[in-house]
Amino acid sequence: MGWLVHRIRFSTKPIIKNKLLTMEKQFFGLKPLNYVILNKNMFNRISNRSQETLVAYFFLTPWIIGFGLFILGAMLVSFLISLYKTNFSNVFEFVGFENYISLFGDPLTYKSLAVTAYYTFISTPLQTILALCIALLLNQKIKFIGIFRTIYYLPTVVSGVAVILLWWWIFHPDLGLLNSFLSKLDVSPLPRWLYSEEYAMPAIIIMSLWLNGAGANMLIFLGALKEIPQTYYEAASIDGANAWSKFIHVTLPMISPAILFNLIINLIGSFQVFNASYIMSLNGEGGPNNATLTFVLYLYRKAFIQLQFGYASALAWVLFFIILIFTVFIMKKSSAWVYYHSEGRI
Amino acid sequence: MPLHKILNRISIVAIYVLVIAGAIGFVLPLLWMIRTSLMPLWQMDIFPPQWWPQTFNWQSYLQPWIELPFDVFYLNSSIIAALTILGILFSGSITAYAFARLQFPGRNVLFVILLSTMMLPSQITLIPKYFLFSKMGWIDTLKPLIVPHWFAVDAFYIFLMRQFFMNIPRDLEEAARIDGAGFLKTYWYIILPLSRPVLAICAMLIFTFTWSDFFDPLIYLNSQDHYTVPLGLTSYQERSYEGPSNIGKLMAMSLVSLLPVLILFFFGQRYFIKGISMQGVNR
Repeated sequence: MGWLVHRIRFSTKPIIKNKLLTMEKQFFGLKPLNYVILNKNMFNRISNRSQETLVAYFFLTPWIIGFGLFILGAMLVSFLISLYKTNFSNVFEFVGFENYISLFGDPLTYKSLAVTAYYTFISTPLQTILALCIALLLNQKIKFIGIFRTIYYLPTVVSGVAVILLWWWIFHPDLGLLNSFLSKLDVSPLPRWLYSEEYAMPAIIIMSLWLNGAGANMLIFLGALKEIPQTYYEAASIDGANAWSKFIHVTLPMISPAILFNLIINLIGSFQVFNASYIMSLNGEGGPNNATLTFVLYLYRKAFIQLQFGYASALAWVLFFIILIFTVFIMKKSSAWVYYHSEGRI
Repeated sequence: MPLHKILNRISIVAIYVLVIAGAIGFVLPLLWMIRTSLMPLWQMDIFPPQWWPQTFNWQSYLQPWIELPFDVFYLNSSIIAALTILGILFSGSITAYAFARLQFPGRNVLFVILLSTMMLPSQITLIPKYFLFSKMGWIDTLKPLIVPHWFAVDAFYIFLMRQFFMNIPRDLEEAARIDGAGFLKTYWYIILPLSRPVLAICAMLIFTFTWSDFFDPLIYLNSQDHYTVPLGLTSYQERSYEGPSNIGKLMAMSLVSLLPVLILFFFGQRYFIKGISMQGVNR
């Protein structure tokens, strides 16, 4: 047996190795586990622990510097800045918690929170439902599925300024694509979209559905759908379930972890919406009449237009805690409706 | 024909109708973009709008390069994208290697910390970073957009790479180790060459995100010579209630700016989809 173990250990060709391993298992009744343990002991003899620790921290040096400077350090400094009145050039005045106090008396804070909440609580569920519907469609056996998948995935790939500009033009009240359709459907009066206080935010939500409705959310749902064992559906059929009750009692529970994941990702993303309202509103001001002034846009304007960096840092901390609270809340509530079918996966 | 077969047929037809209708809905805005970029201006003023240009206005694709230094914007965007990809692949892969393969005290705690930074909203570190870079005199240079990425701040890619490294069989490394190779050599000669698929996925995703990034360039870059393509596009945007006179040119330039990402997507679609769906692993 010695020669075989020797060859397994020192062979560098994985194919030969796998073959030899199965041979080993067949002829000597050895489990591969033994082999792993054997190797681990050998490994320890060769390199000692403290040397490995040293090497590890050497490899981690960039991350430790980056984390310390750009994440942990930045967070601490962010809190410090939020206690100051400062424009970063000549004014540095310690004011304690005054920024936080005046923030809660600022009508624009509430306005921007309301705009963000409106966006989040409408677009997040719609995006998730749309993504699920598309995933269910693409999970059917249809011809040219590859072409359809490519088309549905396209908007996510091309996201960014170019596409927001495109939608800004689509929403043009007189010459845009959307209103030309609506006029064919005899809608009147036609919405003025980005030029009206009432329809500006719905316009941005419609765009977000086109951008994120398919894409990553849909792919995650598709992956989850493909993992559902076919036998579950067969069992349900034998019990006389129709398509709808199969969906409610088999599909939904089985993909509930994916729903939770998508909900959280969408929620975190939509609290931070910025590009659309900046590019679509006049001078990036969040108009008309602050109708598209999202929280991050307000933060940006406070910091980089009005140069009130202390106030803006306080706003950032408010955003941080809002996102934290919502995420924890959803996670806590999720145990009631999320079903994990195998204990191996978390 | 029995009833259930008829119902089956109807449902198949319904599925096709839905899939095709959805596909049209998703592709129509992009066709509108192409149509606008090629249509002469006078034809766009007609209401209801027409779809087919009477004459093809190729000037839309040529004139903007004279009006604004778009070539400079493309150069800047390319520099940022290339150096960001290199930075994340380098710093991310060594971090991922340490977490995937090396034993050291504090490993699990540090990895949880690393993962938790993925959830951190970037606004919280935005202002201190701006402060730091302004003190270093880096405002209105490309450095603030590149340098942080060389310090492994992008946890998502580290996570992807670590997942991949964990699945590489250890045997090869151990064989190399017995031959006298240290950790650095095993990383360079064994792990990296075997990890080409995950490095390709990461590079593609990083490229798409940096290419379309708007917020960071908006904050750090002030002068036109340093603009990236997205900044150039917004500075080219003309706001007019009656209908912007350069909309054809704006759509043409927007379309051109999407080309690198589209080409990448069509050639590496499998990698792309794999990378995006791997986000789902992180539950």
